[in-house]
Amino acid sequence: MDELKQVFVQESGEQLDALEALLLELENRPDDETTLNGIFRAAHTIKGAAGMVEAAAVEAFAHVVENVLDRLRNHEIEVTTELAALMLACTDQLRVLVAAEAGAADKAEAQIAEDSARLLERLNAYGPAGQHTAGSPRIVEPDVQRIPSPQAGHNCWHLSVRFGPDVLRQGMDPENFLRFLETVGNIRHLETLADTMPAADVMDPELCYLGFEIALESAADKQTIEDVFAFVRDECRLAILPPNSKVGDYLELIESLPEDSLRLGEILVRVGALTADELAEGLRTQSGPASGEAAQEAKQIGEILVAQQVVQPELVAAAVAKQTQVSEKKAHDAKLIRVPADKLDHLINLVGELVIAGAATSLLSHSRRDGELIESASLLTRLVEEIRDASLQLRTVQIGETFNRFQRLVRDACKDLGKDVELLISGGETELDKSIVEKIGDPLMHLVRNSLDHGIEAPAVREAAGKNPRGSLSLNAFHDAGNIVIEVTDDGAGLNRDKILAKAIERGLVDAEAHLSDREVYDLIFAPGLSTAEQVTNLSGRGVGMDVVRRNLQALRGTINVDSQPGRGTRLTLRLPLTLAIIDGFLVVSANRSYVIPLDAVVECIERPVSEHDRNYFNLRGQVLPAVCLRESFNLPGERPTRESVVVVQYAGQRAGIVVDRLAGELQAVIKPLGAIFRHLQGIGGSTILGSGEVALILDISALIKISGQAEQRLLARPEQRSA
Amino acid sequence: MSISSTPAGLPATGAAKAPVAVEASPAQYLTFQLGGEMFAVGILNIKEIIEYGSVTEIPMVPPFIRGVINLRGAVVPVIDLASRFGGKRSEVSRRTCIVIIELAEGEERQDIGVVVDSVSEVLEIPASEIEPPPAFGARIRADFIKGMGKVNGKFVIILDVAKVLSVDEIASLSHLAGEAGTDAIVGNPGQA
Repeated sequence: MDELKQVFVQESGEQLDALEALLLELENRPDDETTLNGIFRAAHTIKGAAGMVEAAAVEAFAHVVENVLDRLRNHEIEVTTELAALMLACTDQLRVLVAAEAGAADKAEAQIAEDSARLLERLNAYGPAGQHTAGSPRIVEPDVQRIPSPQAGHNCWHLSVRFGPDVLRQGMDPENFLRFLETVGNIRHLETLADTMPAADVMDPELCYLGFEIALESAADKQTIEDVFAFVRDECRLAILPPNSKVGDYLELIESLPEDSLRLGEILVRVGALTADELAEGLRTQSGPASGEAAQEAKQIGEILVAQQVVQPELVAAAVAKQTQVSEKKAHDAKLIRVPADKLDHLINLVGELVIAGAATSLLSHSRRDGELIESASLLTRLVEEIRDASLQLRTVQIGETFNRFQRLVRDACKDLGKDVELLISGGETELDKSIVEKIGDPLMHLVRNSLDHGIEAPAVREAAGKNPRGSLSLNAFHDAGNIVIEVTDDGAGLNRDKILAKAIERGLVDAEAHLSDREVYDLIFAPGLSTAEQVTNLSGRGVGMDVVRRNLQALRGTINVDSQPGRGTRLTLRLPLTLAIIDGFLVVSANRSYVIPLDAVVECIERPVSEHDRNYFNLRGQVLPAVCLRESFNLPGERPTRESVVVVQYAGQRAGIVVDRLAGELQAVIKPLGAIFRHLQGIGGSTILGSGEVALILDISALIKISGQAEQRLLARPEQRSA
Repeated sequence: MSISSTPAGLPATGAAKAPVAVEASPAQYLTFQLGGEMFAVGILNIKEIIEYGSVTEIPMVPPFIRGVINLRGAVVPVIDLASRFGGKRSEVSRRTCIVIIELAEGEERQDIGVVVDSVSEVLEIPASEIEPPPAFGARIRADFIKGMGKVNGKFVIILDVAKVLSVDEIASLSHLAGEAGTDAIVGNPGQA
């Protein structure tokens, strides 16, 4: 596969993702013009790209889809559930076709062709006769004619000239051509385009950077006008539109304009569809005191111009589309930079070294008491911090994209199951390491499917229970105590304790006599081979899902908790560490060893009351606060100092104190994983390197509290066993 | 004597394989002192040798894991070889060094530092001068020994670093230590 095709496959994938997301949005808001336009644009881009790499099958199919979308956009047909479903099916088919183009389709060619034919048949029901035969990828020319306007400038020839860079060297002066143009007609309006002009220091005065948009009033024919430019015909790009051209021609011209983020009004002026005066008038209206302040902000210049009937809506739409495309193209280009992960890792390691070296320099400068040196070192430190933040940012991605993939899954599953479920997404902007994002997709999918299948009831059942027939499933993400927490919450029936227990006893997972707490029972759903679904559907019910979920999460050093209320719903809470990220930490010292507590977990710091020196719980404003003493937990040598501090931490709703020798303030810590040797280590989440070059351990608060509790329980259980 | 069955099997295979393996690689070894004994490690595994200093201890791990160091931005675990061989931890002196050894397990690469009393020199030991390890008597686990090199009429123990520094083994050992360590949290803080 050549490079062009690779780019095509990748870009089409992105466009198809966008298309799918927009189609789902359209289902919810069928009247939204922006969405419709977005859909059309995505389909159009795919078709165009397919044409470029000569992917005929994709192009032909996309063409038919586009036709239907065009009718939709022109309100010739209505958005219906069936149509949306069909469009989604078409999106899938396009995906298959693109994959086939890349030689990566998992279906036989004949099968794909058959699928295409079937879908085309269904699509034809929505298209006007004769316009949608596959294999004729031509846009139907819009039959909107330009309405002749009495205003000046509108019934002129429109000339679009871009001089080549070498015209000056060849002895041609653009100015001469413009003068010569005056001999065939009157230049009514002229716009100079200097957008390609580079900054003064790199500009070559021997090169020509100019282009012109000209409105020419002339009785001459096209050939005569073109002949004016005969000497530079090969060197420049020239487009000539006759007076009263069709709207479509202007649209094409806008498409072919050099891509820069031109303001909408300016584009229209340059094209000659309206004059600068009209634009100025439009601008005046936009900022005029007459319109209310709210309306002023809301009303885009385009709308105002349309309202004044200065330009046709189609033209504005095209110009807006052009602007969006420009910005989209830029976002797209940014997406396309692909860097191997190990290069990034290397960069981040280097930056880590830089931070430490910088901190050492800064330390040194302060000890020398050299004012200038201190100043220069602090400037360096600040820059290094910025570099560090920027490079760490490279590895993190937002979780939103992963969440949004579930829109389609929920929709399809609902159709299959005859349920009505709304997917609510929040915290999509929460960032986490890319490697984790890649690995949690599958476990999340299992959880979402489980909630849809087992959790949320059918609409009739819900109504009978006095609930909103439309169920809700929410995905939420946030940072907590140096972890990322992902919650999957449904308002379904909740877990059926008795059923789970019965099933577990039947499978021999627990003893029939055992007394289990709710939490212990709920935890059974993660046992292999346990499913409470009465029938196995293609979604879930095979009893492998939750088992796999837990194992996948454990591989990421994460945990999962179930919380359920009968009749009210279930909440699954996933906690994942941020393996490679920067955290705000709180530095504490015990026995001359530095430890970092994630700052998110820290609630407050208090001095350890002398009266409660030998106890591991304190009175915190009337409440009992259990505490973990670092010296004891980690078997640190030396005597306990007479004065100790307690860091009060909060984790997953639990409060505890951590007893340390002294507090050393906040710091930003780059998390360094401790590596495979320490993979079983509990209570330590990772390490970081301090400015002095010393390695400090980052405490894993939840694990520390947990193992302290477990150890105490074991200790308390022992005398019992001995006596028994 | 109970361990004699394992090493008895090893020399046979070791002797058959050793010449091939040694001939293929340049037979250069770094020799170092540890508890009065001379050891050698194939030089290809060695990344660098640094002075001993600022090791951060890790709680709840077996004593042969001395902790971690900052190796120019990377956190590298440090193993006390003497303790790993079942003896006491090495005393830190002016000549104590950390030898950074690179291990490749499948795709994964891991740097591990080992504490040695002092580094001696790089020696060339031809394959013909390497004897199979003794069945017992070397006072370290027989599978840690790759062979016995003869240098100036004396033997040096050539270590099999993949075995000595097996990440899996160390990880599971520290897991066991961690389990035991949690008892100490509420247990007897004074004891350990």
